[in-house]
Amino acid sequence: MATTASPGVAWPARTLDARPWLRFGLRRAGRLLVSLWVLLTASFLMTHLIPGDPVRGALGPTAPAELVAAKRTALGLDDPLPVQYLDHLRGVLTGDLGTSLISQVPVSDVIGQRLPATLWLAVLGFAVAVAVAVPVGVAAGVLTRRGHGRRTELAFTGTSVVLGTIPDFLVGVALVYVFGVRLGLLPVAGNDTLSSLVLPVLALAIGPAAILARVLRVEMVRVLQADYIRTARAKRLPARTVHLRHALPNALTAALTLCGLLLGALVAGTVLVENVFAWPGLGSTIVSSILTKDYPVVQGIVLVYGVGVLLVNTLVDVALALLDPRSMIRED
Amino acid sequence: MAGVDGIAGVDAVSDPSRAGRDPRRASRWAGVVRTPLGLAAVVLTLALLVLAVVAPMLWSADASAVDTDDILAGPSAEHWAGTDNLGRDIVLRTLVATRLSIGLALGATAIAVVVGLVLGTAPLLLGRRAGRAVVAGVNVAVAFPGLLLALFFAVVFGVGATGAVLAVGFAGAPSFARLVQTLVAGVAAHDYVSAARVAGVGELRILVRHVLPNIAEPLIVNATIGAGSALLSFAGLSFLGLGVQAPAYDWGRLLFEGVGSLYVNPAAAFAPGAAVLLAGLALNLLGESAAKAVGVASPGELSVAPRRRRAARATPLPGPAEPDPQADAPDLVLDVRDLHVGFPARDGRVEPVRGVTFAVRRGEAVGIVGESGSGKSLTALAVAQLLDDLADVRAERLDVLGEDLTAPGGESRRHHLGTSLAMVFQDPMSSFNPTTRVGAQLAEVARHHQGMGRREAMDRAVDRLAAVRIDDAERRVRQYPHEFSGGMRQRAMIGMGLMGSPELVIADEPTTALDVTVQQQVLDLLQAIRRADDVALVLISHDVTVVGDVCDRVLVMYAGRVVEDLPATGLTTSARHPYTRALVAAVPTMDTDLDRPLTVIPGRPVDPADVPVGCAYAARCPLASDRCRAEDPPLAGDGTAHRVACWHAGDPIDVDPGGRPLAQVEAT
Amino acid sequence: MSELRFEQVSVRYGRSTVVDGVSLVVPPGEVVGLVGESGSGKSTLARAAVGLAPLHGGSILLDGEPVPLRGRRRPVQMVFQDPFSSLDPRMTIGASIAEAMPRDLDRSARRVEVARLLELVHLDAARADARPAELSGGQRQRVALARALAARPAVVVADEITSALDVSVQGTVLNLVRELQRELGLSMLFISHNLAVVRYVASYVAVMHRGVVVEQGPAAQVLAEPAEPYTRDLLAAVPGSTLRRSHP
Ligand SMILES: Nc1ncnc2c1ncn2[C@@H]1O[C@H](COP(=O)(O)OP(=O)(O)O)[C@@H](O)[C@H]1O
Ligand code: SF4
Ligand SMILES: [Mg+2]
Repeated sequence: MATTASPGVAWPARTLDARPWLRFGLRRAGRLLVSLWVLLTASFLMTHLIPGDPVRGALGPTAPAELVAAKRTALGLDDPLPVQYLDHLRGVLTGDLGTSLISQVPVSDVIGQRLPATLWLAVLGFAVAVAVAVPVGVAAGVLTRRGHGRRTELAFTGTSVVLGTIPDFLVGVALVYVFGVRLGLLPVAGNDTLSSLVLPVLALAIGPAAILARVLRVEMVRVLQADYIRTARAKRLPARTVHLRHALPNALTAALTLCGLLLGALVAGTVLVENVFAWPGLGSTIVSSILTKDYPVVQGIVLVYGVGVLLVNTLVDVALALLDPRSMIRED
Repeated sequence: MAGVDGIAGVDAVSDPSRAGRDPRRASRWAGVVRTPLGLAAVVLTLALLVLAVVAPMLWSADASAVDTDDILAGPSAEHWAGTDNLGRDIVLRTLVATRLSIGLALGATAIAVVVGLVLGTAPLLLGRRAGRAVVAGVNVAVAFPGLLLALFFAVVFGVGATGAVLAVGFAGAPSFARLVQTLVAGVAAHDYVSAARVAGVGELRILVRHVLPNIAEPLIVNATIGAGSALLSFAGLSFLGLGVQAPAYDWGRLLFEGVGSLYVNPAAAFAPGAAVLLAGLALNLLGESAAKAVGVASPGELSVAPRRRRAARATPLPGPAEPDPQADAPDLVLDVRDLHVGFPARDGRVEPVRGVTFAVRRGEAVGIVGESGSGKSLTALAVAQLLDDLADVRAERLDVLGEDLTAPGGESRRHHLGTSLAMVFQDPMSSFNPTTRVGAQLAEVARHHQGMGRREAMDRAVDRLAAVRIDDAERRVRQYPHEFSGGMRQRAMIGMGLMGSPELVIADEPTTALDVTVQQQVLDLLQAIRRADDVALVLISHDVTVVGDVCDRVLVMYAGRVVEDLPATGLTTSARHPYTRALVAAVPTMDTDLDRPLTVIPGRPVDPADVPVGCAYAARCPLASDRCRAEDPPLAGDGTAHRVACWHAGDPIDVDPGGRPLAQVEAT
Repeated sequence: MSELRFEQVSVRYGRSTVVDGVSLVVPPGEVVGLVGESGSGKSTLARAAVGLAPLHGGSILLDGEPVPLRGRRRPVQMVFQDPFSSLDPRMTIGASIAEAMPRDLDRSARRVEVARLLELVHLDAARADARPAELSGGQRQRVALARALAARPAVVVADEITSALDVSVQGTVLNLVRELQRELGLSMLFISHNLAVVRYVASYVAVMHRGVVVEQGPAAQVLAEPAEPYTRDLLAAVPGSTLRRSHP
């Protein structure tokens, strides 16, 4: 329709008045606080939603009743719920996450020991995924832009769907088999040497890289059809400039939210991958703790994961606001 | 875990408002099996379902047969993938596990879909405040990766199959809820939902009658993909020992056991691993193919068969087009002869521009009018070489500012056109890059084509913004496009064209997206530029009055042709083509006679895929004769600058004095 | 014939007041044209009359009674701007029209009524089973009009119903509006940013600017002797306007 008149301009030109950054910061901080509160409450509820007595469950049916009772009192489980809730909140805020039911080690110490190994995995995995996906996805986007490369598109999409579907633990098992069992090239367990990072990082990165590359290609193709790309071409800029200066930032902006989700998923993926590679991080600890019903440890690790995810999301929003100032006012 | 849920079908168009435009819905679903990948996915999925039903019936007993003499054996003729630590056959166990694995995944998906639907439609049913709370809750939950949620719920619901189904189901719910919310919000924004509300239809009924049917397709697609990821999540949980517990077994459990003996019998891990992978892929690919099939295909995705490309001209042209009578003038900025623009289509090729010939002289303002779809924009974009590569542009001559565009050009042509040809587009918002400051977008013209430095180019940008009457240009160059008002943006766009020293401005509906008051400012600005530097202007508009106001000469386009070329002053008095006359009469002006009905043009514009023989306007023309329906009239001049393509140009048109032209019932 | 009366109507979204104390009367059987630039609050005022925008202050009266904004009976109906969004793509146009009819009609009565309404808007009654995708923009807007009429309204609010249409089709819809108004004695609030269009259909004109009605009166008077500078600006901006040349 050529004749659509006036209404429906996408963005009201009203941002001059308010200080958008301040408002954005306040709103974003508010959301982070609410999310943290939800997380804390959920981690508190976790132990109370479990059917039966968690202490009895952890110590086993043969443990003497006095021991269970003593433990319950020590954990404060006999206090009224609101008191327990406040204790929980206060504990978390002062860094006191309780002690392990099994090993009697403070949970914060357990986390302190295990967190760095997991962080390494997640950060490296993400870096590798992004480093591979961005050039590949962008190049594929340019090659398969409207009216180009139908075969390339088919091959690319097929490959990326397959690679993005394979779960990281299967990749892990396959890598263990090929490089450990068959070739004996790389270490397949523990984190004693730098080379022991290679396989777990690969296992983590392949899926997210495929997904990110695929989305980036789609975004590039979409962006290359945008009106402002036509404008850039009307300015007779060379193709390189059009693609890298005008299309790329917009495609990245659109893919950034996904990056946040992927990083979150990657953090979660460490749980499985750590178990495949016997990596001494939070993931292997949380699984063994769930199996031994060591709830304070589980609770603490869930909190750490949760906070990590929330921080990632906040960072993504800030990056988005820097890249595309419109995103700040989008939620008004 | 396959990473992230909810990006299903990113490669397809997933706009629910567009889904459903095609009445042949069933055939679109059938499109899934038309691609090799989709067909494979369908076959694989069906095979899995069959296996899930029959495998336990056939092999359940054999799969649990313990053989202590043959434990942890490698692959052999008898046991293709060897045996486990109790001597049971791995392949049989993998086959039998299909039912439990698929069943659990479907169960979890069902939970996710139901919870997601409830949460996702809640905002519509609950009203503003409660709805907003639900949305906020879902937004928080969706930030957490599925596997973490699954772990959380696995703790809450306890280790085991039931706990895992609930865990995976609830973990999948937030992303599904978010998807439903987005889809519902998309549909609810449509006026037909408002209209139903205004008609007193209740919210629940609106949900059932209007919303759900319009979001069903993306939901089904995403549920399929969701089932794939549920399957993989399950395998993950079982692999960690948190899912199915012995003696029951699913693929994840088998994998868990197999990995334990990876060094002894790797096949024990590979068989269930392959099963997980295959099933996950099948469901995922099925979903993806369905997404592609039901999403509305863009022209680029139509299966083009270049070999079958028909001869470019389906109907013979009425001889070579007469050149524009001006074409001999020495000071032409634009000389277009017999321009054709075609696109590949389902059955060969469509040609929305079918032989346009015109010339523009230095300083001249030429307007192009016509209904939407008549080929105005395509003509402009072809002249500016801005069509994408799908378009097939042919012309006998295409000279722009002395550059012959039918021949390949180089660097110098880019610099020449980059500084002397300016474009203005309809939507000033979307025509600016949203992530770059306005100043930088102007400055890059000077930096690139005129070799200016950063500082110098920015000064020029400030100067040009001021030239298009934007106040406080120093500050404005540092702002982003969204901080400009609509009219200001359009003036900035014109300013961008003025970075060089334009000799030709092509403006495609430059004021259509603007308010009347702002429209006038933009038109005045274009006029001023024209007058000041003898710049030629091609102004495209659907509005005859706008073109008549601004231009010296008007080209009237219909169905991809110029049907009349006349002086703008003659629009109301000396137009000879019936279409031009109808177009002028159809627009109410401040002097329209209030006692008479408005002139209307019956029928519809010509579909470029189906151009009739003879005069394209014949079906709507009150003067149409047999000759018109057989022979296409050429655009012919009468010696003056006036050209017209009509066999009966200028003949009187009877308007039945009492009859309203509208009174005819339209049956298309 | 009914009278629609806005009394000191205000609508706010968040902190911004979009409609600010508007008083306006749509007399029985008359068409009132509401003009103004986009964002001036025209649509919001219209939506308030049918319950799609929340009233912050004032009242909207139909023949002296508050307009019912809930429940089944809705004597004020609305036709929307975008012909591509105003009909459910999955419903036949007959079903869309029937949906707005009073509940007590049975199936065959509905069918008869759909046919009557389609003919009223000059569409072939046999096309009741067509889906919107098969119709042109102008035909869709006529179906939307038929749907509004199906509710047997006392007043119809038409919000920019021709601005998304080509001029060649616009005439069809405008002629139909005038015809329906004359034959059915409809009261109508007709919103448009195009003064020439408003002049053609409306007997009264109200000019809205920044949420406020700055001028209203008989069309002939407002358009010939505008009292407000803003109205004069609007008139001057009409393409082909004679005022334009003399305007600075
Ligand atoms: N739902 C809404 N939330 C916030 N602002 C709105 C909403 N609807 C309309 N507005 C604002 O109200 C003003 C008037 O809009 P509208 O009534 O659509 O004017 P018009 O009909 O004259 O185009 C605009 O600035 C618009 O941005
Ligand atoms: S050639 Fe015939 S049909 Fe075509 S416009 Fe002229 S009179 Fe009408
Ligand atoms: Mg409006």
